[in-house]
Amino acid sequence: MFQQNRLNNEITLFQKIKNLDYILLISVIFLSAISVFVMYSTDGGEILFHTKNHFLKLTVFFPLMIFVAFFNIKFWHNFSYIIYFLVIVLLIYVSFFGIKASGSQRWMDVYFFVLQPSELMKIAIIMCLAKYYHRLKIENVNSFTSITIVLSIILIPTIFVISQPDLGTSILIALSGLIILWLGGVKIKYFIYSFITFLISLPFIISFLKPYQKLRILTFLDPDRDPLGAGYQIIQSKIAIGSGGLDGKGFLKGTQSYLDFLPEKHTDFIFTLFSEEFGFIGSVGLLIIYSIIIFRIIRIGSISRSNFARLFCFGYAFAIFIYIVVNLSMVLGLLPIVGSPLPIMSYGGSSMLATMIGFGIVLSAKINHKQIIA
Amino acid sequence: MIKSNSGIRKTDVINRRMFIIGAAKIIVFAGIVARLFSLQINENKKYLTLSDKNRIREWKLPPTRGNIVDYFGNVIAGNLKVYQLHIIPEQVENFNYLLVRLKNLLNLSEKKIAKIIKLKAELKPWDSIIVSENLSWSQFVKINNYLYDLVGVKPVMTISRNYPFKDVYTHILGYVSQPNEQEILDNQIIQERFVPGMKIGKLGLEKRLENHLIGKNAIQRYEVNAYGKRINQLEHQKGEQGSQIRLTVDTEIQKTCGELLNEKAGSISVMDIYTGDIIAMYSSPSYDPNLFLFGISQDEWQLIRNNPLKPLINKTLSGLYSPGSTIKPIVALSALENNVIDTKFKVKCTGKMELYGQTFHCWKEKGHGWVSLKNAMKQSCDTYFYEIARLLGVDRLNVTAEKFGLGKKVLGEYFENEKKGLFPNTKWKKNNLGRGWVLGETLITGIGQGYIQSTPLQLCMMTAQIANGGYAIKPKIIVDSNPLSYDDAKQSMESGLLFDSNSESLLDKKLFKDKNNIKIVQEAMFSSTNERFGTSYKSRIDDPKYQFAGKTGTAQVKRISKRERELDLELEQIPYKDRDHALYVAYGPYINPRYALSIIVEHGGSGSKTAAPIAKKLFKLIIDRHELRNKQSNFERITI
Repeated sequence: MFQQNRLNNEITLFQKIKNLDYILLISVIFLSAISVFVMYSTDGGEILFHTKNHFLKLTVFFPLMIFVAFFNIKFWHNFSYIIYFLVIVLLIYVSFFGIKASGSQRWMDVYFFVLQPSELMKIAIIMCLAKYYHRLKIENVNSFTSITIVLSIILIPTIFVISQPDLGTSILIALSGLIILWLGGVKIKYFIYSFITFLISLPFIISFLKPYQKLRILTFLDPDRDPLGAGYQIIQSKIAIGSGGLDGKGFLKGTQSYLDFLPEKHTDFIFTLFSEEFGFIGSVGLLIIYSIIIFRIIRIGSISRSNFARLFCFGYAFAIFIYIVVNLSMVLGLLPIVGSPLPIMSYGGSSMLATMIGFGIVLSAKINHKQIIA
Repeated sequence: MIKSNSGIRKTDVINRRMFIIGAAKIIVFAGIVARLFSLQINENKKYLTLSDKNRIREWKLPPTRGNIVDYFGNVIAGNLKVYQLHIIPEQVENFNYLLVRLKNLLNLSEKKIAKIIKLKAELKPWDSIIVSENLSWSQFVKINNYLYDLVGVKPVMTISRNYPFKDVYTHILGYVSQPNEQEILDNQIIQERFVPGMKIGKLGLEKRLENHLIGKNAIQRYEVNAYGKRINQLEHQKGEQGSQIRLTVDTEIQKTCGELLNEKAGSISVMDIYTGDIIAMYSSPSYDPNLFLFGISQDEWQLIRNNPLKPLINKTLSGLYSPGSTIKPIVALSALENNVIDTKFKVKCTGKMELYGQTFHCWKEKGHGWVSLKNAMKQSCDTYFYEIARLLGVDRLNVTAEKFGLGKKVLGEYFENEKKGLFPNTKWKKNNLGRGWVLGETLITGIGQGYIQSTPLQLCMMTAQIANGGYAIKPKIIVDSNPLSYDDAKQSMESGLLFDSNSESLLDKKLFKDKNNIKIVQEAMFSSTNERFGTSYKSRIDDPKYQFAGKTGTAQVKRISKRERELDLELEQIPYKDRDHALYVAYGPYINPRYALSIIVEHGGSGSKTAAPIAKKLFKLIIDRHELRNKQSNFERITI
């Protein structure tokens, strides 16, 4: 009784700062610093548009992360559904009034920057489902009602994002959602059954794909079929990474990116540039930093008393992992090209905003790890 | 309590499932590291090469063609600095303004302007457009003066082919011009070294010796970006000029040949009778090959093409003529060799000869009376040669003629336009015309008319081989790596064996059975030029240093009708197309001969009036140049 009271007491600001996870924080800062240097390299060794903006966004979003962290995890639990619905509203908004660019409509202008709500959905869906499973009795996890509800929670945003069209983000949203289902205790056989169903219906799904998406899959299977067209990105990316060798070509000396052979080097192919300049050692180093971040998030999840915090942390750790895996597999030629940024490293405000909010909630979970949510 | 239990159970489920995922994550990360390892460590070399291939691009510069020089080392096909004007579109501020300025400065035509605009649309903005390939010095200076106003214009100095002797060597050298697609595809070396703006041999030796003359490209390596724009230069590799080719020809003699045939259609060939070196080989009229270097204008082309004297045809090699009486030395030799006649054998010429109801006329209506071989040759009596041809038969005559090079290519490997001519025999007629040989045809073959066709160079070689005592020579126009010296040649011929530079062995090149027979023919030719009543007596030179022996020929272009024979028209009264070809073959000096020549003037009338006087003018020069030529023998040689 006494203990509960003490925990319910508000924690002082000093304690909050003290309870922040410094290993996670330092890793994020370190990664941010690397990302600024890499951005500087994409600008050809000058402080130009991308470097400035990226740095600016970091200086805005990093404090935002701390700000988010200072809210009690209970607060985030309470607002999870609302946040989810807000993001759904934004998705509906962009599908009608969004900014069109390169054939898809996924952005909205919020005056100081262009927001991509689908990126926010990556966090929102984890929060929403974490809350749902937190509240759901273990006995009801595999009930028809609950399965229907969670699938709707996943499908609604996914469909909105697919229709933008943005296959990459929608897959990431769906995977982030599904992992909470897995962690929440949905029967393994359901996963197996649906996986089999997915495989069987795959040709059917492919027939629904847009021509450029089909082309990407064909290109992935055989990049040399059109080396100057669809296969160009993946071939050039592999050349850049491969030519990096053990210790890379050196900072600002990546010829593939410097001479513009590398497409999308600021965003999806940022790892390619990094790998070309810093080689195998640098790439593994970067993976280690990401691993530390993921490990810390899992660790915070496992010390959390509330299942909401636990589910969010585990889910978010998995989401980060998936982002990394999808992005790296793509640039390494292991997966077809689906636009997906590398967290923190890639240029892109919405992605960074979402990632930082995610870290903020994780840090909030750390600060309040003893918090019980009824 | 139940709730708390449920919470703990739920936590357990979450933790257990997290563990499974965690394990999966490690495996996936390991997979990614493995992939990185395979790309960056295992296949590093491959991708490094690909990356270099991406960023390094080579620019080839046009190779410098090798010079062609004459026997004395005078450059007859060389290279000249030319001034060109290039535009680099990406540096141009106002393209239309620039075009207007250039149009005024250089008097460019509307067509040219349209072409530049078209090129600009096709090329990359950093590729230069060649506005003018060959600016005059004054134009070049003008452009340089206004350069401040012509942003994006680049005056360039480059090298272009040049033929300093203009039309003198056209038929030997040919010319260079821009290659077409097929020419690039056909030649591996051109394909490798091709650069836009490069020129290749289109004709003659320029074409034949392309692979020797072409030279190696200078190469500039640049680092380029993904769009092909040059970022910076990495290295410059020097090119190599093509091989220098030395010809056997003598420019002084060649030039004189041109002057002697001025305004006439015809050909002169001069040959060293021992080494086979071609001293001159001129086909008239000629044209200036320099016109083709930068694209010939339509007007100039039409002028050359429509010239009735046909300058485009290399008459020395592709002109086919009836040899007329110039064949007579061979007919005589064949008859002697086959023991059909001897020097005492005589025929009575009455001005014509009847055979199976057909009349064969001698050129002298009144007839020559009783003539022996020497007199028949001297006065070119046709009746005598009808008779000995009849006795000899065309097949035996054919054997001798072919031995001396008629009906075969003389320089076949060098000139693709060389014709092989024809010396008929009974078998040839049966196979090609499907009809049997008629004796009358033997008769006219005996005076070099009928089916027989020869090139001027064949007649020259025939004469040379009679002059050197009846030994086979291999005519050549390029000084090769192991040339035959005069002394070697003469010595080996006199011993009956000839050193062959190709097979590097002594070969029997004797063309006669009895050396005496050659001598008889030589003497007959001598009398034809140097004794009274000889057909070319008027063109003789008495000074033994220059004295030569020869044989005239007059080849009918069409059958002479009875009426025309009676009219006996003067040359000027006959239409140009119907006039006879004038021919002359000769060698000299008569004592210790060195050179043979053949002269053909198309529609020039009679050999003695038109062709022989040319030989007189030429021989003096040829013999005078002999000393110089002898001194020049040890000039550097190249291997072909």
